[in-house]
Amino acid sequence: MTQNNRLSGGQIDRNTTVNFRFDNRSYTAHPGDTLASALLANDVRLIGRSFKYHRPRGLLTAGSEEPNGIVELRAGNRQEPNTRATTIEMFDGLEAQSQNCWPSLKFDALGVNDLFSNFLSAGFYYKTFMWPAAFWEKVYEPIIRRAAGLGSLSMEADPDEYDKGFRHCDLLIIGAGPSGLMAALTAGRAGADVILADEDFRFGGRLNSESFSVDDQSASDWAAQAVAELSSMPNVRLMTRTTVIGAFDHGIYGAVERTGDHVATLPAGKPRQILWRIYTKKALLCAGATERPIAFENNDRPGIMMASALRTYANRFAVTASQRVAIFTNNDDGHRTAADLHAKGVHICAVVDVREDAPVNYDYEVLRGAQVVNTKGRLGLTFVEVALPDGSTRTLECGALGVSGGWNPNVHLTCHQRGRPVWNDDLAAFVPGSNLPVGLTVAGAANGVMSTQGALQSGMDGAVEAMELSGKLPDLPEAEDAAVSQKPFWYVEGCKRAWLDQQNDVTVKDVKLSYQEGFRSVEHLKRYTTLGMATDQGKTSNISALAIMAEVAGKSIPETGTTIFRPPYTPVPISTFAGRMKGQEFHPTRLTPSHYWAKERGAVFVEVGNWLRAQWFPLPSETHWRESVDREVRQTRASVGVCDCTTLGKIDVQGTDAAAFLNRVYANGFAKLAVGKTRYGLMLREDGMAMDDGTAARLAEDHFVVTTTTANAVSVYRHMEFVRQCLFPDMDVQLISTTESWAQYAVAGPNSRKLLQKIVDPEFDISNEAFPFMGCGNITVCGGLRARLFRISFSGELAFEIAVPSRYGDALMRRLMTEGEEFGVVPYGTEALGVMRIEKGHAAGNELNGTTTALNLGMGKMVSKKKDSIGSILSEREALVEPDVLRMVGIKPVSSEEKITAGGHLMNSTGPVDAAHDQGYVTSAAYSPILNSSIGLGFLKDGANRMGEKMRLVSPLTDLTVEVEIVSAHFVDPEGDRLRA
Amino acid sequence: MHDLVAITALGGVEPRVDTIGGVTCTEVPGVALASVAARIGQETKATKALAKLIGVPAPGIGQHAGDPVTAFWAGPDQWMIEAPFDTHEDLADQVKPALGDAASVTEQTDGWTRFDLSGDQIPAVLELLCTLDLRKIETGSVGRCSIHHIGCFVLCRSPDEYSIYGPRSSAGSLHHAIISALRSAL
Repeated sequence: MTQNNRLSGGQIDRNTTVNFRFDNRSYTAHPGDTLASALLANDVRLIGRSFKYHRPRGLLTAGSEEPNGIVELRAGNRQEPNTRATTIEMFDGLEAQSQNCWPSLKFDALGVNDLFSNFLSAGFYYKTFMWPAAFWEKVYEPIIRRAAGLGSLSMEADPDEYDKGFRHCDLLIIGAGPSGLMAALTAGRAGADVILADEDFRFGGRLNSESFSVDDQSASDWAAQAVAELSSMPNVRLMTRTTVIGAFDHGIYGAVERTGDHVATLPAGKPRQILWRIYTKKALLCAGATERPIAFENNDRPGIMMASALRTYANRFAVTASQRVAIFTNNDDGHRTAADLHAKGVHICAVVDVREDAPVNYDYEVLRGAQVVNTKGRLGLTFVEVALPDGSTRTLECGALGVSGGWNPNVHLTCHQRGRPVWNDDLAAFVPGSNLPVGLTVAGAANGVMSTQGALQSGMDGAVEAMELSGKLPDLPEAEDAAVSQKPFWYVEGCKRAWLDQQNDVTVKDVKLSYQEGFRSVEHLKRYTTLGMATDQGKTSNISALAIMAEVAGKSIPETGTTIFRPPYTPVPISTFAGRMKGQEFHPTRLTPSHYWAKERGAVFVEVGNWLRAQWFPLPSETHWRESVDREVRQTRASVGVCDCTTLGKIDVQGTDAAAFLNRVYANGFAKLAVGKTRYGLMLREDGMAMDDGTAARLAEDHFVVTTTTANAVSVYRHMEFVRQCLFPDMDVQLISTTESWAQYAVAGPNSRKLLQKIVDPEFDISNEAFPFMGCGNITVCGGLRARLFRISFSGELAFEIAVPSRYGDALMRRLMTEGEEFGVVPYGTEALGVMRIEKGHAAGNELNGTTTALNLGMGKMVSKKKDSIGSILSEREALVEPDVLRMVGIKPVSSEEKITAGGHLMNSTGPVDAAHDQGYVTSAAYSPILNSSIGLGFLKDGANRMGEKMRLVSPLTDLTVEVEIVSAHFVDPEGDRLRA
Repeated sequence: MHDLVAITALGGVEPRVDTIGGVTCTEVPGVALASVAARIGQETKATKALAKLIGVPAPGIGQHAGDPVTAFWAGPDQWMIEAPFDTHEDLADQVKPALGDAASVTEQTDGWTRFDLSGDQIPAVLELLCTLDLRKIETGSVGRCSIHHIGCFVLCRSPDEYSIYGPRSSAGSLHHAIISALRSAL
């Protein structure tokens, strides 16, 4: 197809022709085009269907404020819905589809909605789908979702990379139009560290869209020259294709850089987009202004566009939307469009100006005091009906109508921290208020300075003020400096279906109806009509809607209120927020020192926090995980097993007050623990609830190693640092994590000592006499490697934990396996670990669940009364020490065939099963291959006095009822003979 | 002499080396580390002893100094000492006598993994990884930051040489983050 609507000039590369496809048809374009300008060049005005009524829609604007021209970009798993054709940079091979239409764009079956528009007014869904209530989820919602909705998702994972990055600068300039460029030149020449960011792929803003001059060159040439100078400054970083999406606390701005959206194929490893966090000392908002429409009957036909957009297409992209154009305006800016298009040879049918005193250009007709009252054209504009001041009407035949209702400053980022814009009567528009994000100032049209000369001056002043510059300033170039005054003209009287929010299909009538039905706050209006809640955030509709609401209420606009803008400024793909944190890299993974060895052994891994731990080690002959776990438990209890317990938190505690410090942190006493001994300890939160348990080993008078549970390693360390720095800053104590410095393995079972004796160097005696239960010490292994040995047991067996520097952990595990062959040593995973600790009645994370006390856990006596420790007082609160408080108990089924289920609740053997009669609950359950029965741990009211009682374990959600018996939590070796062996 | 064979944090016998876009990322297992934290009231004594140990004044906030035994600032009156592993495997035991009761010393050698970057466009890589203000990073600087949600130290040895320390157990994730950033930026 030929580009029938191309004009002369423009900032496109005519020497290169590229091919693109829209709705499966091929077209040509030039580098420098957007998808929107390329479609117009090819005489394609119809781009999509509207959200609710499926009305044919075309382009309204030429920028990121576009509500209508939204398409699905790319295909397959790279398809991205709701992208604005006006911001899609053209490249060879670009592919896009219209959205929200079926079976085709030109014939859309749901266009029938438009015929029933009287029924689909504001609040239609709320009013209609109310009854029967049960129908909402299953019937109404799916139907509505299918009919409405914007683009579609591919339902496949996005295969591309996205990055996050961090930059710092003295001055961030947001927007590279006249004010932004001038600010950057001013600050850059003064040596300030500047970042200049603009969402467009070409810097210059409106300078690229206008035909006037700056100094003695064209505005776009001046912009290009300024950019060239800025590019040569090492202290200035230029970020094109970068939208500053939000103003956050402490001068931090979010910015999305589209690094790969303008190329057909991303090079390997390169990101499609980067989400930048920009740390600034100062920021200058030079975001310009957005032209606002006038609402009139059928103002949404393809071909009806903003007048400034027609000018942009003509001057920058050398494109006209049609060879016959009319203009509808209430201000002088609309006339500029007519003049520019006329100069490029486009036929201007007429300029319709609502003002009686509109300027007259003798090259084409100006209809003073006239208004557009209706339009025609099913899939695109064909005729415009104009009401003249004498009461007569006139029909203009045209393919495009440029509409100008004045300009609204782009105040969005000034609102991101709850700043409210203020009304300016001269402009009849909101301008930034005084309550701006700290460090942010505003220049140019964004601040209500509407002339080019004014914008240049304002940009320079903004940079001078922000950077506190003095001395010689750059010479200000000369540019147009026409006075701008805007008289409000929001909509044409008597119109019925005049569109305000074209993306969400909200009309003037809907706004009036909303008010009539009592939704009188602006925020209610938004939610009732959905005005401004589409992907464009109502950039072209909010102010008009507010004005109409003010008029209906008989109030001024500032009295009526204002809406507030929130980040992001334009839509951001979720992939961009995720960056590289997706899939397996969603969070960092921590590997244990024996990981590579365990992987070779075919271990099945489980995520525990960020750690990957071996869950069990299946043998080739084993087909069910229970076979592996039962074997690991049996063999450990019968001979010896080894488990990697590196993941337990290890905190090195040193200092002359180390013992006194631990005495405060732990509920039980540590001051008198002898050097070379380990003690079990329980930490309470300040509110008296149990926080974590573990051991502390005293390696020297002033040196302890504290262990924590895997899950709480970080929080316990954080808590201890808080205690050290804030509660007891006078104590001489130093803390540092050594969790991963040491590979630590539990070696458990009756043959554990024999196995260890084969690797511990002979000068260290680890016999029961020399190294009794709860002993600890520095040793060497395998001929001199420094190591630590602790005689502690989680399994209830004779057991040790041995630690060596992590780099040797892999070799030590292999050595233990080799040396243990004669004992039939088994590695065991977290499942067997869990089974054995339940058999032994040791509390773990399931029991230390944040709602339990030391008393609940059967450790009430551990809370020492002889000293003060964190949480000891509040652990004695009345409700926590009542006689029948929950106590930890063991639970086993009366019939060994039955299963105990964690999460189930305990009920008396007879009586109602409801919350009021709840007696307790089960926290942990496992199959014990030693007892050949399912067993569990749980909490039961007055549990200590209910041993032997028969109860019901129920889970009403899963229809479970099991008869159980309450027993001691210590299923195996209650006297502890084995671990002292 | 013991007979256990060490593996690197990435699980190899030999350190991993990747060169992308002119920047080389090298896994560095050959370093011993020990933390030093001055005891209360002993700060001056500890600072002086540390200076004697490394042969130059103890580094201040955000700084590192010394060669071949280096110290870098890790917090108020806290430093990390680094030295060649081959000659200082028992670094903590060597440092402790030098500091005496003025400081607590803890072995940190295998708590960390180190990746060295060398090349001339390292800031373009680092700005994708961490929040440090790279304009202020110069030879002798050290910064604490989060990379890919992993707490790290970044040391600038020279404009073309940086070291990144991260927790040993997360070496794989950290390496992945660095390599991804190299591919993205260069």
